Amino acid sequence: MFVVVIGGGKVGVSVTRTLLALGHELVLVEQERGRYERLEEEFQHRAIHGDGTEIFVLEQAGLGRPPDILVAVTGDDEDNIVICQLAQEKYGVPKVIARVNDPRNEPHFDLLGISPTVSATSMVLALVEHEVPQHELVHLLELRKENLEIVEVEIKKSSAAAGKRVEDLHLPQTARLISVVRDGRAEIAVGSTELHVGDQVLAILEPGSEDDLRSVLLSS
Amino acid sequence: MAARLRSEGWEVVVVDESEEALGRLGPNWPGEFHLGHGMDTSILEQAGIADADAFIASTDGDNTNIVIAQVAKRRYEVPAVAARILDPARADFYSGRGFNVVSPTSTAIAELSESVLSAGGS
Repeated sequence: MFVVVIGGGKVGVSVTRTLLALGHELVLVEQERGRYERLEEEFQHRAIHGDGTEIFVLEQAGLGRPPDILVAVTGDDEDNIVICQLAQEKYGVPKVIARVNDPRNEPHFDLLGISPTVSATSMVLALVEHEVPQHELVHLLELRKENLEIVEVEIKKSSAAAGKRVEDLHLPQTARLISVVRDGRAEIAVGSTELHVGDQVLAILEPGSEDDLRSVLLSS
Repeated sequence: MAARLRSEGWEVVVVDESEEALGRLGPNWPGEFHLGHGMDTSILEQAGIADADAFIASTDGDNTNIVIAQVAKRRYEVPAVAARILDPARADFYSGRGFNVVSPTSTAIAELSESVLSAGGS
């Protein structure tokens, strides 16, 4: 598949890495120069610098082909709305996925026919979680309608899960591991995947199972 | 814009994120002023959008104006809606979608070209 991702933040980068690892064709657009330069090192020509709400930038990203999926995950809800409207209505992109930063804006996305949306917890909360390491579980996405959330956990030296295979963990019924990022490379978590200290693990879970997941992955 | 409509006898309510905007309206602004973001429907509702005859989205963000103009038109069914869109390409795309698009950039290009061409011709 050909996928265009607008917004090179944590979510955009994770999506890009994961889909690239799955063998898909990706283009990632980032507006901020410094961040773009870091992305270019990792993704080379797949990273594009520019404002993804500008039509010439979208065309540079290949919207004219059009992509099979467009993912709008910038930090601005109005930008994500406009990107999705342009993608759907000007370029006929068959599927768009938008991030909602402020849950109060969710009705605007619905009104303008943009779905599915992924409602992130507030940017502030996400930033606080990044700043406060003892919080341990970083919320990346909330799939509001589906009542699911995606979190990131780093396997610590003290974690009993370090050195274990995924199939040997006693994960709660309401949680599954998605992928493991090690040395910058993402790999889908399967039963035989072994967890190492320092691994960044993505997990999907039902809200309310955070404590169970935390204790399986992090307690000693 | 608000001051002019007011002087023409309209009842005008202004919404802005910054209190400085109230200062720009002059010391004796007689109309209502609501502090808040235009994307926030609770602020728009406090400002009376549901009963408005006209709605003008003229923040300094094109995309904000594009979104709230559509919200005013589709959700609140305001009869006359206008949005300021600086980027001529987006202005083109959103023209003819139920609200009036005003593109100061396109207007300036047209006027500047016109004035240069007429000066050259004289």
